Amino acid sequence: MSFLPKPRMHHPDLHTNALGLTRRDYEGAISTLCAGCGHDSISAAIVRACFELDIEPHRVAKLSGIGCTSKTPTYFLGASHGFNSVHGRMPSVLTGANLANHDLIYLGVSGDGDSASIGFGQFAHSIRRGVNMTYIVENNGVYGLTKGQFSATSDKGAKSKRGVVNSDEAIDMVSIALQLGATFVARSFSGDKVQLVPLIQAALRHKGAAFIDCISPCVAFNNHDGSTKSYDYVREHNSAMNYLDVITGRDEIVVDYAPGTTEIVTQHDGSTLQLRKLSQDYDVHDRVAAIAFLAERHAAGDIPTGLIYVDPEADDLHGYLHTSPTPLNALTDSELCPGSAALEKLNASLR
Amino acid sequence: MQPTDIRDPDYFHKVVDCQWACPAHTPVPEYIRLISARRYADAYMINWKSNVFPGVLGRTCDRPCEPACRRGRVDEEPVAICRLKRVAADYKGDVSSRMPPKPAARNGRRIALVGAGPASLTVARDLAPLGYELTLFDGDRRGGGMIRSQIPKFRLPEEVIDEEVGYILDLGIETRFGTRVDSLKGLLAEGFDAVFVGSGAPRGRDLDLPGRQEASENIHIGIDWLASVSFGHVEKIGRRVIVLGGGNTAMDCCRSSRRLGGEDVKVVVRSGFDEMKASPWEKQDALNEDIPILNYLVPKEFLHEDGRLVGMMFEKVAARIDADGRRHLEATGEPDVRIDADDVLIAVGQQNSFPWIERDIGLEFDRSGMPIVSEVTHRSTRENVFFGGDAAFGPKNIIWAVAHGHQAAISIHKLCEGEDVEARPPPMVTLTSQKMGIHEWSYDNDVSNDLRFRVPHQDKAIALRDIRSEVELGYDDALAFKEAQRCLNCDIQTVFTDKLCIECDACVDICPVDCISFVDNGPEAELRQRLTAPAHNLTQALYVSNALKTGRVMAKDEDVCLHCGLCAERCPTGAWDMQGTLIDMAQAGTEKVLACSRH
Ligand SMILES: Cc1cc2nc3c(=O)[nH]c(=O)nc-3n(C[C@H](O)[C@H](O)[C@H](O)COP(=O)(O)OP(=O)(O)OC[C@H]3O[C@@H](n4cnc5c(N)ncnc54)[C@H](O)[C@@H]3O)c2cc1C
Ligand SMILES: Cc1ncc(C[n+]2csc(CCOP(=O)(O)OP(=O)(O)O)c2C)c(N)n1
Ligand code: SF4
Ligand code: SF4
Ligand code: SF4
Ligand SMILES: [Mg+2]
Repeated sequence: MSFLPKPRMHHPDLHTNALGLTRRDYEGAISTLCAGCGHDSISAAIVRACFELDIEPHRVAKLSGIGCTSKTPTYFLGASHGFNSVHGRMPSVLTGANLANHDLIYLGVSGDGDSASIGFGQFAHSIRRGVNMTYIVENNGVYGLTKGQFSATSDKGAKSKRGVVNSDEAIDMVSIALQLGATFVARSFSGDKVQLVPLIQAALRHKGAAFIDCISPCVAFNNHDGSTKSYDYVREHNSAMNYLDVITGRDEIVVDYAPGTTEIVTQHDGSTLQLRKLSQDYDVHDRVAAIAFLAERHAAGDIPTGLIYVDPEADDLHGYLHTSPTPLNALTDSELCPGSAALEKLNASLR
Repeated sequence: MQPTDIRDPDYFHKVVDCQWACPAHTPVPEYIRLISARRYADAYMINWKSNVFPGVLGRTCDRPCEPACRRGRVDEEPVAICRLKRVAADYKGDVSSRMPPKPAARNGRRIALVGAGPASLTVARDLAPLGYELTLFDGDRRGGGMIRSQIPKFRLPEEVIDEEVGYILDLGIETRFGTRVDSLKGLLAEGFDAVFVGSGAPRGRDLDLPGRQEASENIHIGIDWLASVSFGHVEKIGRRVIVLGGGNTAMDCCRSSRRLGGEDVKVVVRSGFDEMKASPWEKQDALNEDIPILNYLVPKEFLHEDGRLVGMMFEKVAARIDADGRRHLEATGEPDVRIDADDVLIAVGQQNSFPWIERDIGLEFDRSGMPIVSEVTHRSTRENVFFGGDAAFGPKNIIWAVAHGHQAAISIHKLCEGEDVEARPPPMVTLTSQKMGIHEWSYDNDVSNDLRFRVPHQDKAIALRDIRSEVELGYDDALAFKEAQRCLNCDIQTVFTDKLCIECDACVDICPVDCISFVDNGPEAELRQRLTAPAHNLTQALYVSNALKTGRVMAKDEDVCLHCGLCAERCPTGAWDMQGTLIDMAQAGTEKVLACSRH
């Protein structure tokens, strides 16, 4: 934890993106989280993802709840819109904001406590409604902010820092998201930016509810022997199924991998996901198989990471509700109050 | 790549760019921090120990440290290292009590020093406290060499020279000023244990062109003329003056002329502006005093009427690149240029001359007339004769003369102690953690965003009226503090302990200049391309760890590290630590002191 602002000085060769911004322009205030917290790495991954996608910072709304995780939006995208809601209520605030103005890019950042306990219902409904958003759970298996109590994602049998064994069954956020109809589902690890950054990019470009469960070790309360969310444990059990490259309009697609190992997925907005498969026979478009696969790998003690499921043709809440193409918050009085004749007509249709 | 051996005393020394570039290896960041703390006398003494003439050098040094300064690679301009040295000298107060005392007893060894310039004075400063009997000869009546005879007083006031030469002479040195040595053989016959030759490069080059003899009354050799000005023998020059040459001597000639009646003073140079030898700041100072610099003009003839100089003719040339890519000057064929003048100053180079050294005393010279001298020990081919400063390898500058003096003093001391002169003592390097608390360091790690501060100058009209009026006024206390804050504390090193690293990426994420990477190892050239920010500056080292748990290595590009300590603050395990390096170069006699203090 530093009291000093990060120096403005940067590497002389620092690149600018299509908007003329550097990666440093996407940073926020300096983090006040514990040194070494996985959450800071995820913030850095979000910074990189947005910089590389040439996203205009003012077009992003970042929302969070309560927890160490939920503090992080202060530490990235300093020039974006932000909302820090009450504990577990990020999904409904995000849903409301998205309904009012679908023109922004919505990024929900939450913790395993925030989303799998107090906000579990909120999480579920935002996913099943297909809100167009990127929902990242920074999963450390504990309530970090309140000093390390087990969270609902903590594995049964995992040991707390003081040696207490968790006797409750764990909630697997990825399986739940699949069941609830999320149209983009991934799991990653804060310590593997090569995998994480493109997954965040793909999620940001996805139309519909995109969910990323990102394991993010809590160095203060859950990084010891006996923890199943420590740096060492996750590195040992991480089984990456695939790596992504996200290709936007500007770049040329060059496939130079052995046949059968690479799959090209074109999303709704034209962005291309180039999937380098490490698990040959895994199909990222089969929701039911994905659920079964996760259960199997979990039983074997593996932590499968990578892109787990994607429906590139998905629609979102606005599509389901047939809302107007103009964002609701941009409609004027004349459109919102079309007059007594229109009201009369509407009433008549309901009689 | 092999893991970096940080126990090699040069590894961290090279990271301190300024100290490494300084010929005398002055611990620059250490004195700059003392200036920030307003401990001027302490800052002065650190300098005095390394470079002997902080007040002189703080005004005149060629400052090789500044182009090397890291700040210049991340900001527009380097730290004003040189002018901060002057701050230490200006505000130090009375430091006489901190100077070494005259030795109580002599060791019976007698050393002769020829020439009282900075090289000889440094030898004297290093050897006197060890008890040597030193005899200092100079043809001039006062000590200082070219510091006194050449550098104009508007750049370097006499009192500063008197003070700093005085500290050395006060160590109990026998001076034979006004005595030119005209035979080395004779000197050796006086039974000295060793002789140090610090006689400089005293001869100015002449230009043998038509009209040179006829107009000689008004044609002067630059360094002779400057010496006459310094010693008060010349007080006037004509209204229109041509200065020939593009080095620092030419700049001093033209600016001196402006103060002695020269109203229309021009510098005329064969080469282009950028190729001139003068330092950029010297050229700027001349331009500021309304002295035009005319480039690509080759002197052809001195014009004279009735035995008086009336001007010069020049041929116009241009720079061309020939077939094998070399630059050369070629006549453009345009008509010659005539420039009218009342006086011409020739400042086209300096040469060595050793008419007083016999060629039959076992001291060999090379074909160009230079003595054969070791660059390490400074010994000639005669066992007990040493050379340093401009006399050793041709004209350089004061700080090189000082550096030579230190090395020659080590050699002379070893010779007299019967030790191997070739075996050079290593520097003393100490590393100390700067950690005081979770985010508290014993150095100020906040990086200032300020651009370089200009040194205030004397009003031009006042400066041009009096040749003794110093042009630069120096930083005041407040400006000095702000400039000192620009220093990046490069001697506070980032030290990595691989066993403690958990590869959490915290340091990679926080580093403002993308120095740190965790990557698979590989050959250096290839590894440099794969880093968070590719490391193109090959003069700067990569700091590579042993293999970590994941099999990768930590690779840090030292190039643009700000030494901000954020990597160490964000590291959960203390794998990164900020450690202060004090690199203490050996001087004559320090090995003994160390050996004693170890018992
Ligand atoms: C015009 C000018 C401006 C300069 N400005 C700068 C500057 O701003 N910064 C900088 O770093 N350098 C500057 N220099 C260079 C610098 O002055 C020299 O490099 C430096 O003084 C060399 O030191 P030294 O000890 O080798 O000898 P010197 O300083 O040259 O001293 C040699 C001394 O030996 C004496 N001597 C010579 N032969 C004999 C003899 N046979 N017997 C007795 N005495 C003898 C001479 O009288 C002289 O005093 C300048 C040089 C010139 C010419
Ligand atoms: C309504 C409410 N209930 C309880 C709390 C106490 N509380 C603060 S943070 C937190 C858990 C945060 O856990 P998580 O979301 O996993 O974030 P982490 O700190 O682990 O990143 C709890 C229970 C609260 N702030 N508000
Ligand atoms: S308590 Fe844990 S989750 Fe919270 S900042 Fe510290 S390491 Fe991160
Ligand atoms: S920033 Fe300071 S320590 Fe670093 S090279 Fe420059 S003067 Fe030296
Ligand atoms: S001290 Fe550490 S964080 Fe700061 S610039 Fe250097 S490597 Fe980067
Ligand atoms: Mg948590």
